[in-house]
Order: sequence, then structure tokens, then C-alpha cells
Amino acid sequence: MPLKFIALLLLCQLLGEVLVVWSSQPIPGPVVGLVLLFFGLGLRGGIPEGLGRVVDGLLAHLSLLFVPAGVGVMLHIAMLREEWLAISLALVLSTVVTIAVTGVLMTALIRWVERRRGEH
Amino acid sequence: MELDLALGDIWVYLSASPLLHLTLTVAAYVLADWIFQRSGRKALFNPVLSSIIVLVVILRVTETDYQTYFAGAQFVHFMLGPATVALAIPLYRNLHLIHRLWLPILLTIIIAAIVSTTSAVLIAQWLGASKQTLISLAPKSVTAPVAMGIAEKAGGSPSLSAALVVLTGVLGAVIGTAVLAAVRVRDDRVRGLALGVNSHGIGTARAFQISDLAGAFSALAMGLTALVSAFALPFALRWVFGS
Repeated sequence: MPLKFIALLLLCQLLGEVLVVWSSQPIPGPVVGLVLLFFGLGLRGGIPEGLGRVVDGLLAHLSLLFVPAGVGVMLHIAMLREEWLAISLALVLSTVVTIAVTGVLMTALIRWVERRRGEH
Repeated sequence: MELDLALGDIWVYLSASPLLHLTLTVAAYVLADWIFQRSGRKALFNPVLSSIIVLVVILRVTETDYQTYFAGAQFVHFMLGPATVALAIPLYRNLHLIHRLWLPILLTIIIAAIVSTTSAVLIAQWLGASKQTLISLAPKSVTAPVAMGIAEKAGGSPSLSAALVVLTGVLGAVIGTAVLAAVRVRDDRVRGLALGVNSHGIGTARAFQISDLAGAFSALAMGLTALVSAFALPFALRWVFGS
């Protein structure tokens, strides 16, 4: 595994964290690192082949990486016993509304853009 | 009796070493992922959900506190940062999809992100949820690594967010296509986008089962939703809930 690409990911994250602390904005540091890497790729005009392979390996098991944090729900079991109904209803209704609104809105906007293009 | 003593000694030694809970985390996930594959990759058997349940049960039975567990599991947790940075690559790969639809896509994602957060927070607040729950619930449609960062910055609980994000992902993957059929959406680009906006990576896995086009749009939507939310939600939450 080419180590320089691991170093690149860590460097982007580090720069992201530094920028966040330095500007004291409440944005997650790794997301700033994501944006930096994204613009870096744009400037370079493509993804180095080795980087693509390293990242595919890392992201193949992305969901394993949030298990340790997820287990932390055990700290909230007392709260969940009190608020499970509010949380469940919020998740179910909000999911239905979000998916329906997204579907209808995107369909309407695509139609609108295509009609406008047809006129010109 | 002697055997009991020996086992007890081994347990004391192992439970003090980070290796035990690191191994346990990876092993639980490997087992959960095996079940998920065997189920034909049904969202209901999501490996994150089942490994969290198994691990919480084990920790409670062995009376292990979360801090002790995390001392081992943190080695896995640490990789979240670099993995979040790495999300730039799939986003870059899928960017060509925006092409001539950039305005509908961006408008839809911004409005959908607002709808998903405000609807969840308002419903939970109306039903009496606490402030910490509301803040942790807000990024429920954002991919877990980014959602945890948002919750942390806004004064919520990253752990709770991680669990709610996974539940939202599973819900959207299970009922999403039925909701889309009910509002008569048949375009795979739109179906993928809607699954990705609401259900991030888990929705994207579901969208790839519809078609490659739906999957690519879902991945794009997941990346853009994460970006929009990471840069707007912490400010909005601080403004609404104070900090």
C-alpha cells in the first residue's frame, strides 16, 4: 500500500483541523480536509491511480469505522427509554417527508430545466 | 476451582488490554457482515446496526463500561478522520453527473437537507424530546462520520448521532422505494438522489440495487448533502439552541 497516499489523507485532515481551530468555526476538521483534497484533485485534473486504490480499500469497510462510536448509545439507554417514541416518530415521518419532497421537487426541476432548454 | 482462578486471571489480564475490545469490535463486525451478505444484503440486516446491538449486549453482560471498551476500539475509530477526507474521491468521480443538471441538483439538495433536519427536529420537539436529543437528531441524514463531527461541534452527542444516522439509513432503504412509487417518481436519477439525500451510504447501497445510474446519483447526493450540512448545520444549531 503506497504510504504517501495515507500521508496525503492525514495531511489534508491535519490542515483541515488547523484551519478550523485557527478560524474558530464550528465545522468538522475532516470535512475541511475533504474540500482541500477535492480542490487539489481539481487543480491536478484527475485522481492518481494509487490514491484511488488506497481510498477504495479504506472506504470498502467505512461502516466498521463508526461501530465504536455507535456502541456509545449504551450511555444513553436511560434517555432512550424516555424518548424512544419521539425519536422513532421523528425518524419515520421525517424519512417519508424528505424522500417524497426530494422526489417531487427534483422531478419538477428537471422538467423545468429541460423545457427551458427546448425553448432556446 | 483452580481452573476458575486461572480463567479469572486471564480475564483480568485481557480486559485491561486494549487488544480484547479491538478484536471484539472487528470480530462482531465480520460476523454481522457475514449475516448481511447471507441475507442478500437486506438493509434490515445492516451490519452496523447488528454489531452495535451485539457489542452493547456483551458489554452489559460482562459489566464493562464504555470507557474501557473505547480504549481498545479507538484504534478503529481513529480511521474515521482519514476516511472522511477520502470521501473526496467518490465525490470527484461522480461530479460529471452534475453536468447540465447542476441547478436542479443543488437546489434539491439544499431544500432536502433543510426539510430532513427541520421535520425531524420539530416532530421530536413536539413530542417532548430533550435538547441534546434534538441536536443529535439534526444531522440524521448526513453520512455518519460527518454527522458525528456536526453533533460534536453543535453540542450534541456523536454516539447518539451515529446510531440515529444508521437507523435513518436503514429506514430509508427499506421504505424509500415505496414512498417514491407513491409520489409517482420513476426516473432512476431522481430515485437515487432521494435515497442518497435521506439515507446516505445505506441508501446508496440500496440505490445500486435499482441500477448503476441510481447508485451513482445516490452517491453524489450523499456527498453533497454531507458538504452542505457540515458547512451550514453547526451554525444553524448554535443559533437555534445556543451553545
